[in-house]
Amino acid sequence: MTTKRTLSIKQRGLTNFEAVMWIFTRLSALAIYGLILVGLIGALIMGARNQMNFADVMRWAFMPNVTHVQSTDLQDLNPWASPFWKLTASALLLVAVAHGVHGLVVIADDYIAGAGARKFIRFLSIVMMISMSGIGLYLIWTS
Amino acid sequence: MGLKRGVSLSAGLRYKGPSGYLTYILHRIGGLGMAIFITVHLLASFIGGRTGGFFNGIYENWAFQIFIFFCVLFHAINGLRITILDLWPKLLDYQKEAIWLEWAVFIPLFGISVFVIMNSALGG
Ligand code: HEM
Repeated sequence: MTTKRTLSIKQRGLTNFEAVMWIFTRLSALAIYGLILVGLIGALIMGARNQMNFADVMRWAFMPNVTHVQSTDLQDLNPWASPFWKLTASALLLVAVAHGVHGLVVIADDYIAGAGARKFIRFLSIVMMISMSGIGLYLIWTS
Repeated sequence: MGLKRGVSLSAGLRYKGPSGYLTYILHRIGGLGMAIFITVHLLASFIGGRTGGFFNGIYENWAFQIFIFFCVLFHAINGLRITILDLWPKLLDYQKEAIWLEWAVFIPLFGISVFVIMNSALGG
């Protein structure tokens, strides 16, 4: 049993859509870690001299959008609204929405067994993925 | 295709695995919590006005902040453990030790976060 579950990914192969999404979930998790780290380091560089509390820094790191630092004591918000941060925020949004919506399908599959219902869940997940990505991008680029 | 497996809803809800069940269900609650929060928060910010303000006001509450911090921190730390063990499957033999290590990282980090949140909630 232990030999079977410790097969390397190469030996198992990425044979179908579910397997591809399985590896995507893990790689996107690492990507989210990387993007949060970029936001954290960026905040420390840009806000080192200013007053920003723990919650403010965390809110920024999880989504580096300028609206997330508007209620702080920062003097100059321009660097926080630069295209670099809008691109970083967009990347984090798209990766997190894809990871999260696929995760919701995984959860739904554990409780919903009918083939028709599962097809409907998949349809719903695509609608949700597109609308959440669209609304998120709109909010990031108009803020 | 993986569309058919034949497990009823009640059987699914009653499932309780033999080991690692606590981290599994907390990971699920954390992921679900974040997904619901982000969806409502994006919609509220998009709509704006009084309705949007009402929903976004919930997030200032310290009880909500503690809940969502639990979701984020647990899901992120447990997710990193899952990712590392899955990408290097030989490490799965040390799953128990990895879960202990995970709690050793999570408990102090979450403790500090709760302290900071309560500190600013009580101190203003
Ligand atoms: C640092 C950030 C994150 C990491 C490391 C991470 C890691 C993971 C991993 C490894 C899984 C697969 C679990 C499994 O197959 O057993 C997963 C599932 C999931 N994730 Fe994340 N994730 C992160 C962020 C997020 C975010 C931001 C959301 C919400 C939008 C989210 C929602 C979900 C959901 C709903 C699942 C499915 C849970 C389940 O199957 O029970 N995750 N995550």
